[in-house]
This record gives sequence, structure tokens and C-alpha cells, in this order.
Amino acid sequence: MLSLTAKEILEWVAILLVLFASIISVISAFGMIKLPDVYTRSHAATKSSTLAVLACLLGAFIYFWVHDGYVSIRLILGIIFVFITAPVAGHLVCRAAYRARVPLAKNSGEDELKSILFDGDIGATTTAVLANEDVENK
Amino acid sequence: MKETILLLALTFFMIAIALLLYRVIIGPSMPDRAIALDTIGVNLISAIAIISILLSTKAFLEAILILGILAFIGTIAFSKFIERGVIVDRKGDS
Repeated sequence: MLSLTAKEILEWVAILLVLFASIISVISAFGMIKLPDVYTRSHAATKSSTLAVLACLLGAFIYFWVHDGYVSIRLILGIIFVFITAPVAGHLVCRAAYRARVPLAKNSGEDELKSILFDGDIGATTTAVLANEDVENK
Repeated sequence: MKETILLLALTFFMIAIALLLYRVIIGPSMPDRAIALDTIGVNLISAIAIISILLSTKAFLEAILILGILAFIGTIAFSKFIERGVIVDRKGDS
């Protein structure tokens, strides 16, 4: 029966976190291949990929902390930065995709935003205040 | 054993990057390519973290921050270009 010290157990936890992150990342990339349009692919790209990179950086942080006794501020900064910016980037790309009129998948149901955003007199309605700036720039 | 698991994880990340490169090449619209490039950047961050564990060095940890910032700014520039056709909007200066 092998006996592990606390240091070795924490190292194994870090390494298994990294392995878990890589498996999640492969699942995310598989979703990027298989899903039908941009808006569903952005789910695979932003959520699970963010989870993968957070788990991997946390594993690296725990490994350096246990193995070397080195608390890396840069890894914590990287974790916070990725955690803040990945949803923002996904939202901006989806917004740009909708306004560039990339079509939805066929079985994605009714598109209620289309009649508000692209048809009719936009400046007259109150809902178009959000879209007003973009219409002026067109 | 630990190095084998880390190399296996690195291989998984490289498989993910290869699948995403397939999406970048065939992607039917430009936002597909932008999302796939953003995800490639995020996966490269994880790959750099694994490499710095494998080589047991701390010198690559700055590269993680730089790559995160570059991937974010690149995605923002792509999305603004897709939406408006310009990247730097000079309308508000007047």
C-alpha cells in the first residue's frame, strides 16, 4: 500500500485538474465542429472553453504553490482576466454576427428581434433607442 | 507517471486546436472564424501553463498574461470590424 504525503496528494489534484481541463477543451472543440450555426457555436466556444482554461490555470497555480512554494500572482491575474474577458468577447462576436445578418439555423424557432431591428421605422419606437446609435453609423 | 499525464493533457489541447483550425478554415461566415480564433488563443494559454509545469520553470507565466490580452483585443477588433466595417470609430471626437 503506497502512502502519499499531503504534498503529493495536492500535486496529484493539480495534475488531475489539468487533465480534466484538457478533456473539457476537446469536448468544446467537438461542439465547435458539430453545432449548426454561429449562435449555438458560441456556447461551446465561450462557456466550456472558459471552464477549461480556468481549471488548467488553477492546476498550474496549485502545482507551483505545492511543489515550489511559489504563489504566482501572475497566474491569479491570468485567471481573473480570462474570467472577465471571455464572456465579453463572446457577447460582442454574437452581437456583430446578428447585426451582420448571419442567418440562424433552420430549426432555431422564431426570430423576434429581426422585426424590431431591421424592419420599418426604427426611430419612432421606444425599443429602438438601443439600436439608434448603430443605425446612425450605417 | 505525472509527466505522462501532463503530456496526454497537452496532446488533448493540441487536438482541440486542430479541430478549431478546421473551423477557422471552413467556417461559413466571418464571426465563426473570430470565435474559433478566440478559442484557439484561450487553448494556447492552457498549453503554455502545461509546458511551464513540464519544464518546471516560471519564465513562461508572463506569456500567459500577454497572450490573454492579445486574444481579447484581437477578438474585439474583429467583432467591431464585422459590425461596422471600421475598427477605430472617430465619430465621437468632433
